[in-house]
Amino acid sequence: MSMQQTAAVLDRSQTDAAVAVRGVTKIYEGNVKALENMTLDFPRGQLTSLLGPSGCGKTTLLKIIAGLIPATGGEVLVNGRAVKGPGRDRAFVFQDFALMPWATVLRNVGFGLELRGVPQSEREAVSERYIKAVGLSGFEQSFPHQLSGGMRQRVGLARALAVDADVLLMDEPFSAVDEQNRRKFQEDMLALVEQEKKTFIFVTHSIEEAVYVSDKVAVLLPRPSRVSEVIEPKIDRSVSPDAMRRDPDYLDTVERIWTALRTYVE
Amino acid sequence: MKVMGYELPLMSSLIVWAILWEILGQMDVSILLPPLSAVLVKMVEIIPTQAFLSALAVTARGFLTGTILAALIGVPLGILMGKSIIVDRMLLPWVNMFLSAPLSALVPVLMVLFGIGEQTVIITTLLFAVWIIMLNARAGVMQISPSLVEMARSFGATPWQAFREIYFWAALPEIIAGVRIGLLRAVKGVIIGQLLVSIIGFGRLFELYSTNFLMPHFWAILLVLFFFAFLFAEIFAVLERRVRYYASNRT
Repeated sequence: MSMQQTAAVLDRSQTDAAVAVRGVTKIYEGNVKALENMTLDFPRGQLTSLLGPSGCGKTTLLKIIAGLIPATGGEVLVNGRAVKGPGRDRAFVFQDFALMPWATVLRNVGFGLELRGVPQSEREAVSERYIKAVGLSGFEQSFPHQLSGGMRQRVGLARALAVDADVLLMDEPFSAVDEQNRRKFQEDMLALVEQEKKTFIFVTHSIEEAVYVSDKVAVLLPRPSRVSEVIEPKIDRSVSPDAMRRDPDYLDTVERIWTALRTYVE
Repeated sequence: MKVMGYELPLMSSLIVWAILWEILGQMDVSILLPPLSAVLVKMVEIIPTQAFLSALAVTARGFLTGTILAALIGVPLGILMGKSIIVDRMLLPWVNMFLSAPLSALVPVLMVLFGIGEQTVIITTLLFAVWIIMLNARAGVMQISPSLVEMARSFGATPWQAFREIYFWAALPEIIAGVRIGLLRAVKGVIIGQLLVSIIGFGRLFELYSTNFLMPHFWAILLVLFFFAFLFAEIFAVLERRVRYYASNRT
Protein backbone atom coordinates (compact mmCIF):
# COMPACT_ATOMS: atom_id res chain seq x y z
CA MET A 1 0.00 0.00 0.00
CA SER A 2 1.47 3.37 -0.95
CA MET A 3 1.66 6.21 1.52
CA GLN A 4 -1.05 8.09 -0.30
CA GLN A 5 -3.48 5.19 -0.11
CA THR A 6 -2.68 4.69 3.54
CA ALA A 7 -3.44 8.30 4.18
CA ALA A 8 -6.72 8.00 2.31
CA VAL A 9 -7.77 4.98 4.33
CA LEU A 10 -6.78 6.64 7.58
CA ASP A 11 -8.66 9.75 6.60
CA ARG A 12 -11.81 7.78 5.84
CA SER A 13 -11.47 5.96 9.12
CA GLN A 14 -12.01 9.18 11.00
CA THR A 15 -15.57 9.35 9.76
CA ASP A 16 -16.57 5.85 8.77
CA ALA A 17 -16.72 3.02 11.28
CA ALA A 18 -17.96 -0.29 9.88
CA VAL A 19 -18.53 -1.52 13.42
CA ALA A 20 -19.20 0.73 16.38
CA VAL A 21 -19.32 -0.62 19.91
CA ARG A 22 -21.30 1.76 22.15
CA GLY A 23 -21.12 1.35 25.91
CA VAL A 24 -21.35 -2.43 25.78
CA THR A 25 -21.59 -4.23 29.10
CA LYS A 26 -21.71 -7.97 29.55
CA ILE A 27 -22.48 -9.58 32.86
CA TYR A 28 -22.48 -13.37 32.94
CA GLU A 29 -24.54 -15.46 35.31
CA GLY A 30 -23.30 -15.15 38.87
CA ASN A 31 -22.58 -11.44 38.43
CA VAL A 32 -19.32 -12.01 36.54
CA LYS A 33 -18.48 -8.83 34.69
CA ALA A 34 -16.85 -9.67 31.38
CA LEU A 35 -17.19 -6.20 29.83
CA GLU A 36 -18.03 -2.87 31.36
CA ASN A 37 -19.17 0.12 29.35
CA MET A 38 -16.89 -0.63 26.41
CA THR A 39 -16.82 1.86 23.53
CA LEU A 40 -14.72 1.26 20.44
CA ASP A 41 -14.82 1.99 16.71
CA PHE A 42 -13.64 -0.35 13.98
CA PRO A 43 -12.78 1.63 10.84
CA ARG A 44 -13.99 0.31 7.52
CA GLY A 45 -11.53 -1.56 5.33
CA GLN A 46 -8.96 -1.95 8.08
CA LEU A 47 -7.74 -4.71 10.30
CA THR A 48 -8.22 -3.90 13.97
CA SER A 49 -6.87 -6.24 16.62
CA LEU A 50 -8.30 -6.79 20.06
CA LEU A 51 -5.25 -7.61 22.13
CA GLY A 52 -5.06 -8.45 25.78
CA PRO A 53 -4.33 -11.04 28.43
CA SER A 54 -6.81 -13.85 28.99
CA GLY A 55 -9.86 -12.71 30.90
CA CYS A 56 -9.93 -9.24 29.35
CA GLY A 57 -13.16 -10.02 27.53
CA LYS A 58 -11.82 -9.82 23.99
CA THR A 59 -13.53 -12.99 22.78
CA THR A 60 -16.72 -11.98 24.58
CA LEU A 61 -16.68 -8.66 22.73
CA LEU A 62 -16.12 -10.41 19.41
CA LYS A 63 -19.02 -12.79 20.01
CA ILE A 64 -21.28 -9.90 20.96
CA ILE A 65 -20.36 -8.17 17.69
CA ALA A 66 -21.09 -11.45 15.91
CA GLY A 67 -24.51 -11.58 17.57
CA LEU A 68 -23.72 -14.98 19.06
CA ILE A 69 -24.22 -13.76 22.62
CA PRO A 70 -26.39 -10.83 23.69
CA ALA A 71 -24.93 -7.80 25.46
CA THR A 72 -26.31 -7.00 28.90
CA GLY A 73 -26.18 -3.28 28.12
CA GLY A 74 -25.15 -0.89 25.36
CA GLU A 75 -25.29 -1.63 21.67
CA VAL A 76 -23.22 -2.66 18.68
CA LEU A 77 -23.80 -0.95 15.33
CA VAL A 78 -22.73 -2.63 12.09
CA ASN A 79 -23.01 -0.25 9.15
CA GLY A 80 -25.18 1.89 11.41
CA ARG A 81 -27.67 -0.87 12.23
CA ALA A 82 -27.95 -2.31 15.72
CA VAL A 83 -26.92 -5.96 16.07
CA LYS A 84 -29.80 -8.22 17.11
CA GLY A 85 -28.21 -11.55 16.23
CA PRO A 86 -25.99 -13.14 13.60
CA GLY A 87 -26.29 -11.45 10.21
CA ARG A 88 -25.09 -11.63 6.63
CA ASP A 89 -22.93 -8.53 7.09
CA ARG A 90 -20.58 -10.45 9.39
CA ALA A 91 -18.68 -13.74 9.08
CA PHE A 92 -16.81 -15.56 11.83
CA VAL A 93 -13.50 -17.45 11.83
CA PHE A 94 -13.23 -19.80 14.79
CA GLN A 95 -10.27 -20.51 17.01
CA ASP A 96 -10.79 -24.28 16.72
CA PHE A 97 -11.74 -24.02 13.02
CA ALA A 98 -15.28 -25.42 13.55
CA LEU A 99 -15.26 -27.44 10.35
CA MET A 100 -17.77 -30.18 9.69
CA PRO A 101 -15.64 -33.35 9.83
CA TRP A 102 -18.10 -35.27 7.68
CA ALA A 103 -17.96 -32.79 4.80
CA THR A 104 -15.32 -32.16 2.15
CA VAL A 105 -13.33 -28.92 1.99
CA LEU A 106 -15.55 -27.83 -0.90
CA ARG A 107 -18.76 -28.32 1.07
CA ASN A 108 -17.30 -26.77 4.24
CA VAL A 109 -16.29 -23.63 2.36
CA GLY A 110 -19.71 -23.41 0.71
CA PHE A 111 -21.65 -24.06 3.92
CA GLY A 112 -22.61 -20.44 4.53
CA LEU A 113 -23.93 -20.19 0.99
CA GLU A 114 -25.68 -23.55 1.32
CA LEU A 115 -27.56 -22.28 4.37
CA ARG A 116 -28.71 -19.31 2.28
CA GLY A 117 -30.08 -21.60 -0.39
CA VAL A 118 -27.56 -20.70 -3.10
CA PRO A 119 -27.79 -23.35 -5.86
CA GLN A 120 -25.07 -26.01 -5.77
CA SER A 121 -23.27 -25.12 -9.00
CA GLU A 122 -23.06 -21.47 -8.03
CA ARG A 123 -21.84 -22.04 -4.49
CA GLU A 124 -19.26 -24.56 -5.70
CA ALA A 125 -17.92 -22.03 -8.18
CA VAL A 126 -17.61 -19.42 -5.42
CA SER A 127 -16.10 -21.97 -3.02
CA GLU A 128 -13.51 -23.05 -5.55
CA ARG A 129 -12.48 -19.45 -6.08
CA TYR A 130 -11.88 -18.90 -2.35
CA ILE A 131 -10.22 -22.27 -1.87
CA LYS A 132 -7.77 -21.05 -4.50
CA ALA A 133 -7.44 -17.66 -2.81
CA VAL A 134 -6.34 -19.24 0.48
CA GLY A 135 -3.94 -21.56 -1.33
CA LEU A 136 -5.76 -24.87 -1.00
CA SER A 137 -6.29 -25.72 -4.68
CA GLY A 138 -6.31 -29.46 -5.16
CA PHE A 139 -7.75 -30.16 -1.70
CA GLU A 140 -11.40 -29.55 -2.65
CA GLN A 141 -12.38 -33.17 -2.10
CA SER A 142 -10.25 -33.70 1.03
CA PHE A 143 -11.79 -34.07 4.46
CA PRO A 144 -10.71 -31.87 7.39
CA HIS A 145 -8.98 -34.74 9.22
CA GLN A 146 -6.69 -35.15 6.22
CA LEU A 147 -5.41 -31.57 6.56
CA SER A 148 -2.92 -29.94 8.93
CA GLY A 149 -4.08 -27.36 11.48
CA GLY A 150 -2.92 -24.49 9.30
CA MET A 151 -4.75 -25.85 6.29
CA ARG A 152 -7.91 -26.38 8.31
CA GLN A 153 -7.90 -22.76 9.35
CA ARG A 154 -7.45 -21.75 5.72
CA VAL A 155 -10.68 -23.65 5.07
CA GLY A 156 -12.30 -21.69 7.93
CA LEU A 157 -11.07 -18.44 6.40
CA ALA A 158 -12.28 -19.40 2.92
CA ARG A 159 -15.71 -20.23 4.35
CA ALA A 160 -15.91 -16.80 5.97
CA LEU A 161 -14.78 -15.06 2.77
CA ALA A 162 -17.19 -17.03 0.59
CA VAL A 163 -20.30 -15.42 2.10
CA ASP A 164 -18.91 -11.99 1.13
CA ALA A 165 -19.68 -10.30 4.43
CA ASP A 166 -18.45 -6.73 5.06
CA VAL A 167 -16.93 -7.62 8.39
CA LEU A 168 -14.74 -10.60 9.19
CA LEU A 169 -14.53 -11.56 12.85
CA MET A 170 -11.53 -13.70 13.70
CA ASP A 171 -11.22 -15.31 17.11
CA GLU A 172 -7.54 -16.16 17.70
CA PRO A 173 -7.46 -17.82 14.30
CA PHE A 174 -3.81 -18.84 14.50
CA SER A 175 -3.57 -19.99 18.09
CA ALA A 176 -4.12 -23.64 17.16
CA VAL A 177 -1.70 -23.44 14.23
CA ASP A 178 1.96 -24.31 14.65
CA GLU A 179 4.55 -21.53 14.57
CA GLN A 180 5.97 -21.98 11.05
CA ASN A 181 2.54 -22.24 9.49
CA ARG A 182 1.36 -19.28 11.54
CA ARG A 183 3.99 -16.96 10.06
CA LYS A 184 3.19 -18.01 6.52
CA PHE A 185 -0.51 -17.68 7.27
CA GLN A 186 -0.08 -14.17 8.70
CA GLU A 187 1.76 -13.09 5.57
CA ASP A 188 -0.95 -14.56 3.35
CA MET A 189 -3.59 -12.86 5.43
CA LEU A 190 -2.04 -9.43 4.94
CA ALA A 191 -2.32 -9.99 1.20
CA LEU A 192 -5.96 -11.02 1.61
CA VAL A 193 -6.81 -8.01 3.77
CA GLU A 194 -5.50 -5.76 1.04
CA GLN A 195 -7.24 -7.68 -1.72
CA GLU A 196 -10.64 -8.15 -0.11
CA LYS A 197 -11.21 -4.58 1.13
CA LYS A 198 -13.15 -5.87 4.10
CA THR A 199 -13.18 -4.83 7.72
CA PHE A 200 -11.30 -7.35 9.84
CA ILE A 201 -11.64 -7.64 13.60
CA PHE A 202 -8.96 -9.86 14.93
CA VAL A 203 -8.70 -11.23 18.45
CA THR A 204 -5.27 -12.35 19.60
CA HIS A 205 -3.14 -12.65 22.70
CA SER A 206 0.10 -12.41 20.73
CA ILE A 207 1.59 -8.91 20.75
CA GLU A 208 3.87 -9.63 17.78
CA GLU A 209 0.99 -11.02 15.77
CA ALA A 210 -1.23 -8.04 16.53
CA VAL A 211 1.43 -5.50 15.58
CA TYR A 212 2.43 -7.44 12.50
CA VAL A 213 -1.04 -7.78 10.93
CA SER A 214 -2.98 -4.78 12.26
CA ASP A 215 -3.78 -1.28 11.10
CA LYS A 216 -4.99 -0.61 14.62
CA VAL A 217 -4.40 -2.44 17.88
CA ALA A 218 -6.88 -1.97 20.72
CA VAL A 219 -5.15 -3.00 23.92
CA LEU A 220 -7.68 -4.35 26.42
CA LEU A 221 -7.04 -4.68 30.13
CA PRO A 222 -8.89 -6.97 32.52
CA ARG A 223 -10.69 -6.49 35.85
CA PRO A 224 -12.53 -4.29 35.12
CA SER A 225 -12.33 -4.87 31.41
CA ARG A 226 -11.51 -1.71 29.48
CA VAL A 227 -9.70 -0.31 26.46
CA SER A 228 -6.35 0.85 27.73
CA GLU A 229 -5.16 2.43 24.49
CA VAL A 230 -5.52 2.22 20.74
CA ILE A 231 -2.22 1.99 18.90
CA GLU A 232 -1.72 2.42 15.17
CA PRO A 233 1.47 0.63 14.20
CA LYS A 234 3.03 2.78 11.49
CA ILE A 235 4.90 0.08 9.70
CA ASP A 236 5.91 0.11 6.08
CA ARG A 237 4.18 -2.99 4.71
CA SER A 238 5.66 -2.63 1.25
CA VAL A 239 8.89 -4.32 2.32
CA SER A 240 9.41 -8.06 2.67
CA PRO A 241 7.85 -9.79 5.69
CA ASP A 242 11.28 -10.49 7.15
CA ALA A 243 12.38 -6.89 6.82
CA MET A 244 9.13 -5.86 8.45
CA ARG A 245 9.83 -8.03 11.47
CA ARG A 246 13.19 -6.27 11.87
CA ASP A 247 11.73 -2.78 11.38
CA PRO A 248 12.57 -0.61 14.45
CA ASP A 249 9.02 0.81 14.42
CA TYR A 250 7.65 -2.71 14.60
CA LEU A 251 9.94 -3.63 17.49
CA ASP A 252 9.21 -0.36 19.33
CA THR A 253 5.47 -0.89 19.06
CA VAL A 254 5.77 -4.43 20.39
CA GLU A 255 7.87 -3.11 23.28
CA ARG A 256 5.39 -0.33 24.04
CA ILE A 257 2.45 -2.72 24.24
CA TRP A 258 4.43 -5.16 26.35
CA THR A 259 5.19 -2.37 28.81
CA ALA A 260 1.49 -1.59 29.08
CA LEU A 261 0.54 -5.22 29.61
CA ARG A 262 3.35 -6.59 31.75
CA THR A 263 1.82 -5.51 35.05
CA TYR A 264 -1.19 -7.71 34.28
CA VAL A 265 0.83 -10.85 33.79
CA GLU A 266 1.10 -12.95 36.90
CA MET B 1 -6.02 -64.08 16.47
CA LYS B 2 -2.92 -66.27 16.27
CA VAL B 3 -2.47 -69.63 17.92
CA MET B 4 0.92 -71.33 17.69
CA GLY B 5 1.88 -69.19 14.75
CA TYR B 6 -1.26 -69.89 12.72
CA GLU B 7 -3.66 -67.11 11.82
CA LEU B 8 -7.10 -68.36 12.85
CA PRO B 9 -10.02 -67.43 10.61
CA LEU B 10 -12.70 -65.11 11.97
CA MET B 11 -15.28 -66.79 14.18
CA SER B 12 -13.19 -69.92 14.61
CA SER B 13 -14.34 -69.90 18.24
CA LEU B 14 -17.80 -70.74 16.90
CA ILE B 15 -16.37 -73.92 15.38
CA VAL B 16 -15.02 -74.98 18.76
CA TRP B 17 -18.43 -74.48 20.33
CA ALA B 18 -20.16 -76.26 17.48
CA ILE B 19 -17.93 -79.30 17.94
CA LEU B 20 -18.53 -79.25 21.71
CA TRP B 21 -22.27 -79.04 21.11
CA GLU B 22 -22.17 -82.00 18.71
CA ILE B 23 -20.20 -84.15 21.17
CA LEU B 24 -22.52 -83.34 24.09
CA GLY B 25 -25.55 -83.96 21.88
CA GLN B 26 -24.24 -87.35 20.73
CA MET B 27 -23.55 -88.27 24.37
CA ASP B 28 -27.27 -87.78 25.05
CA VAL B 29 -26.62 -85.54 28.06
CA SER B 30 -30.10 -84.06 28.04
CA ILE B 31 -33.26 -84.21 26.01
CA LEU B 32 -32.96 -80.43 25.79
CA LEU B 33 -29.73 -80.67 23.82
CA PRO B 34 -29.99 -82.66 20.60
CA PRO B 35 -26.81 -82.96 18.49
CA LEU B 36 -26.07 -79.91 16.31
CA SER B 37 -26.17 -82.08 13.18
CA ALA B 38 -29.75 -83.14 13.99
CA VAL B 39 -30.66 -79.48 14.50
CA LEU B 40 -29.15 -78.51 11.17
CA VAL B 41 -30.97 -81.34 9.39
CA LYS B 42 -34.20 -80.21 11.00
CA MET B 43 -33.46 -76.62 9.98
CA VAL B 44 -33.11 -77.56 6.32
CA GLU B 45 -36.30 -79.56 6.67
CA ILE B 46 -38.50 -76.85 8.23
CA ILE B 47 -37.25 -73.76 6.44
CA PRO B 48 -39.22 -74.45 3.23
CA THR B 49 -42.44 -75.26 5.11
CA GLN B 50 -45.40 -72.93 4.91
CA ALA B 51 -45.60 -72.63 8.71
CA PHE B 52 -42.01 -71.45 8.93
CA LEU B 53 -42.16 -69.03 6.02
CA SER B 54 -45.33 -67.34 7.19
CA ALA B 55 -43.89 -67.14 10.72
CA LEU B 56 -40.77 -65.57 9.27
CA ALA B 57 -42.82 -63.05 7.28
CA VAL B 58 -44.90 -62.06 10.32
CA THR B 59 -41.81 -61.79 12.50
CA ALA B 60 -39.86 -59.80 9.95
CA ARG B 61 -42.79 -57.43 9.55
CA GLY B 62 -43.14 -56.91 13.29
CA PHE B 63 -39.42 -56.55 13.75
CA LEU B 64 -38.88 -54.08 10.91
CA THR B 65 -41.94 -51.95 11.70
CA GLY B 66 -41.03 -51.84 15.39
CA THR B 67 -37.39 -50.99 14.77
CA ILE B 68 -38.04 -48.36 12.12
CA LEU B 69 -40.60 -46.71 14.41
CA ALA B 70 -38.10 -46.89 17.28
CA ALA B 71 -35.46 -45.15 15.16
CA LEU B 72 -37.89 -42.54 13.80
CA ILE B 73 -39.06 -41.68 17.31
CA GLY B 74 -35.86 -42.32 19.23
CA VAL B 75 -33.36 -40.40 17.11
CA PRO B 76 -35.17 -37.02 16.97
CA LEU B 77 -36.22 -37.24 20.63
CA GLY B 78 -32.68 -38.19 21.66
CA ILE B 79 -31.27 -35.25 19.69
CA LEU B 80 -33.80 -32.93 21.33
CA MET B 81 -32.79 -34.26 24.75
CA GLY B 82 -29.15 -33.55 23.98
CA LYS B 83 -29.99 -30.03 22.77
CA SER B 84 -32.47 -28.88 25.36
CA ILE B 85 -32.00 -29.15 29.10
CA ILE B 86 -35.75 -28.82 29.64
CA VAL B 87 -36.61 -31.73 27.32
CA ASP B 88 -33.79 -33.71 28.89
CA ARG B 89 -35.05 -33.12 32.43
CA MET B 90 -38.56 -34.12 31.34
CA LEU B 91 -37.67 -37.33 29.52
CA LEU B 92 -34.49 -38.70 31.08
CA PRO B 93 -36.11 -40.26 34.16
CA TRP B 94 -38.57 -42.12 31.95
CA VAL B 95 -35.89 -43.27 29.54
CA ASN B 96 -33.75 -44.61 32.37
CA MET B 97 -36.73 -46.28 33.99
CA PHE B 98 -37.87 -48.03 30.81
CA LEU B 99 -34.32 -48.97 29.91
CA SER B 100 -34.03 -51.11 33.02
CA ALA B 101 -37.70 -51.99 33.47
CA PRO B 102 -38.81 -55.60 32.90
CA LEU B 103 -40.68 -54.77 29.70
CA SER B 104 -41.97 -58.33 29.33
CA ALA B 105 -44.19 -57.65 32.32
CA LEU B 106 -45.74 -54.80 30.39
CA VAL B 107 -46.84 -56.93 27.44
CA PRO B 108 -50.09 -58.17 29.05
CA VAL B 109 -51.05 -54.53 29.62
CA LEU B 110 -50.21 -53.78 26.00
CA MET B 111 -52.42 -56.66 24.95
CA VAL B 112 -55.33 -55.03 26.72
CA LEU B 113 -54.60 -51.76 24.92
CA PHE B 114 -53.67 -53.01 21.46
CA GLY B 115 -55.33 -56.41 21.22
CA ILE B 116 -53.88 -59.87 20.86
CA GLY B 117 -52.06 -59.56 17.59
CA GLU B 118 -49.37 -57.91 15.52
CA GLN B 119 -49.94 -54.44 16.93
CA THR B 120 -48.93 -55.53 20.41
CA VAL B 121 -45.84 -57.23 19.01
CA ILE B 122 -44.85 -54.07 17.14
CA ILE B 123 -45.29 -51.92 20.24
CA THR B 124 -43.29 -54.41 22.32
CA THR B 125 -40.47 -54.34 19.76
CA LEU B 126 -40.57 -50.56 19.76
CA LEU B 127 -40.40 -50.43 23.56
CA PHE B 128 -37.42 -52.78 23.63
CA ALA B 129 -35.43 -50.77 21.08
CA VAL B 130 -36.35 -47.13 21.47
CA TRP B 131 -34.73 -46.21 24.80
CA ILE B 132 -31.19 -47.14 23.97
CA ILE B 133 -31.55 -45.39 20.59
CA MET B 134 -32.66 -42.23 22.42
CA LEU B 135 -29.83 -42.40 24.94
CA ASN B 136 -27.22 -42.86 22.24
CA ALA B 137 -28.52 -40.02 20.07
CA ARG B 138 -28.52 -37.86 23.20
CA ALA B 139 -24.93 -38.81 24.01
CA GLY B 140 -23.96 -38.09 20.41
CA VAL B 141 -25.40 -34.59 20.56
CA MET B 142 -23.88 -33.84 23.96
CA GLN B 143 -20.35 -34.33 22.66
CA ILE B 144 -20.81 -31.89 19.75
CA SER B 145 -18.19 -29.17 19.85
CA PRO B 146 -20.01 -25.96 20.90
CA SER B 147 -18.15 -23.99 18.27
CA LEU B 148 -19.68 -26.12 15.52
CA VAL B 149 -23.10 -25.04 16.77
CA GLU B 150 -21.95 -21.42 16.99
CA MET B 151 -20.57 -21.75 13.47
CA ALA B 152 -23.96 -22.80 12.13
CA ARG B 153 -25.68 -19.95 13.98
CA SER B 154 -23.16 -17.35 12.86
CA PHE B 155 -23.73 -18.35 9.23
CA GLY B 156 -27.44 -17.88 9.74
CA ALA B 157 -28.70 -21.46 10.18
CA THR B 158 -32.33 -21.75 11.23
CA PRO B 159 -32.99 -24.14 14.13
CA TRP B 160 -34.25 -26.72 11.64
CA GLN B 161 -31.12 -26.33 9.48
CA ALA B 162 -28.88 -26.69 12.52
CA PHE B 163 -30.80 -29.80 13.55
CA ARG B 164 -30.57 -31.39 10.11
CA GLU B 165 -27.10 -30.28 9.00
CA ILE B 166 -25.14 -30.20 12.27
CA TYR B 167 -26.74 -32.07 15.16
CA PHE B 168 -27.79 -35.10 13.16
CA TRP B 169 -24.47 -35.56 11.37
CA ALA B 170 -22.32 -34.79 14.39
CA ALA B 171 -24.21 -37.39 16.39
CA LEU B 172 -24.38 -39.94 13.56
CA PRO B 173 -21.66 -42.32 14.82
CA GLU B 174 -23.46 -42.62 18.19
CA ILE B 175 -26.86 -42.80 16.47
CA ILE B 176 -25.76 -45.74 14.33
CA ALA B 177 -24.26 -47.50 17.36
CA GLY B 178 -27.54 -46.93 19.20
CA VAL B 179 -29.63 -48.32 16.35
CA ARG B 180 -27.34 -51.36 16.18
CA ILE B 181 -27.86 -52.13 19.87
CA GLY B 182 -31.53 -51.25 19.46
CA LEU B 183 -31.84 -53.82 16.68
CA LEU B 184 -30.52 -56.58 18.92
CA ARG B 185 -32.94 -55.57 21.63
CA ALA B 186 -35.72 -55.45 19.03
CA VAL B 187 -35.04 -59.09 18.15
CA LYS B 188 -35.66 -59.92 21.80
CA GLY B 189 -38.70 -57.66 21.82
CA VAL B 190 -40.37 -59.16 18.79
CA ILE B 191 -39.92 -62.72 20.07
CA ILE B 192 -41.01 -61.95 23.63
CA GLY B 193 -44.02 -60.11 22.25
CA GLN B 194 -44.91 -63.03 20.05
CA LEU B 195 -44.33 -65.57 22.84
CA LEU B 196 -46.68 -63.75 25.16
CA VAL B 197 -49.28 -63.14 22.47
CA SER B 198 -48.42 -66.71 21.41
CA ILE B 199 -50.66 -66.98 18.39
CA ILE B 200 -48.39 -65.51 15.74
CA GLY B 201 -44.96 -65.81 14.18
CA PHE B 202 -41.94 -67.45 15.69
CA GLY B 203 -43.48 -67.00 19.12
CA ARG B 204 -46.20 -69.45 18.15
CA LEU B 205 -43.64 -71.89 16.78
CA PHE B 206 -41.47 -71.61 19.89
CA GLU B 207 -44.52 -72.22 22.03
CA LEU B 208 -45.54 -75.20 19.90
CA TYR B 209 -42.08 -76.80 19.82
CA SER B 210 -41.12 -76.27 23.44
CA THR B 211 -44.39 -77.53 24.89
CA ASN B 212 -44.09 -80.65 22.73
CA PHE B 213 -40.39 -81.08 23.48
CA LEU B 214 -39.47 -80.87 19.80
CA MET B 215 -35.99 -79.70 20.69
CA PRO B 216 -34.32 -79.97 17.24
CA HIS B 217 -37.14 -77.79 15.85
CA PHE B 218 -36.74 -75.38 18.74
CA TRP B 219 -32.99 -75.02 18.30
CA ALA B 220 -33.31 -74.76 14.51
CA ILE B 221 -35.57 -71.73 14.82
CA LEU B 222 -33.33 -70.21 17.45
CA LEU B 223 -30.32 -70.58 15.16
CA VAL B 224 -32.20 -68.95 12.28
CA LEU B 225 -33.09 -66.09 14.58
CA PHE B 226 -29.53 -65.78 15.79
CA PHE B 227 -28.39 -65.64 12.18
CA PHE B 228 -30.74 -62.76 11.39
CA ALA B 229 -29.83 -60.81 14.50
CA PHE B 230 -26.16 -61.27 13.69
CA LEU B 231 -26.72 -60.19 10.09
CA PHE B 232 -28.50 -56.96 11.06
CA ALA B 233 -25.91 -56.12 13.68
CA GLU B 234 -23.12 -56.69 11.17
CA ILE B 235 -24.75 -54.44 8.57
CA PHE B 236 -24.83 -51.65 11.11
CA ALA B 237 -21.31 -52.39 12.27
CA VAL B 238 -20.22 -51.82 8.66
CA LEU B 239 -22.11 -48.50 8.62
CA GLU B 240 -20.44 -47.60 11.89
CA ARG B 241 -17.02 -48.21 10.38
CA ARG B 242 -17.93 -45.96 7.47
CA VAL B 243 -18.49 -42.95 9.74
CA ARG B 244 -15.57 -43.81 11.99
CA TYR B 245 -13.27 -41.64 9.87
CA TYR B 246 -14.76 -38.59 11.47
CA ALA B 247 -16.01 -39.98 14.77
CA SER B 248 -12.58 -39.55 16.31
CA ASN B 249 -11.96 -36.19 14.65
CA ARG B 250 -14.92 -34.20 15.79
CA THR B 251 -13.34 -31.74 18.17
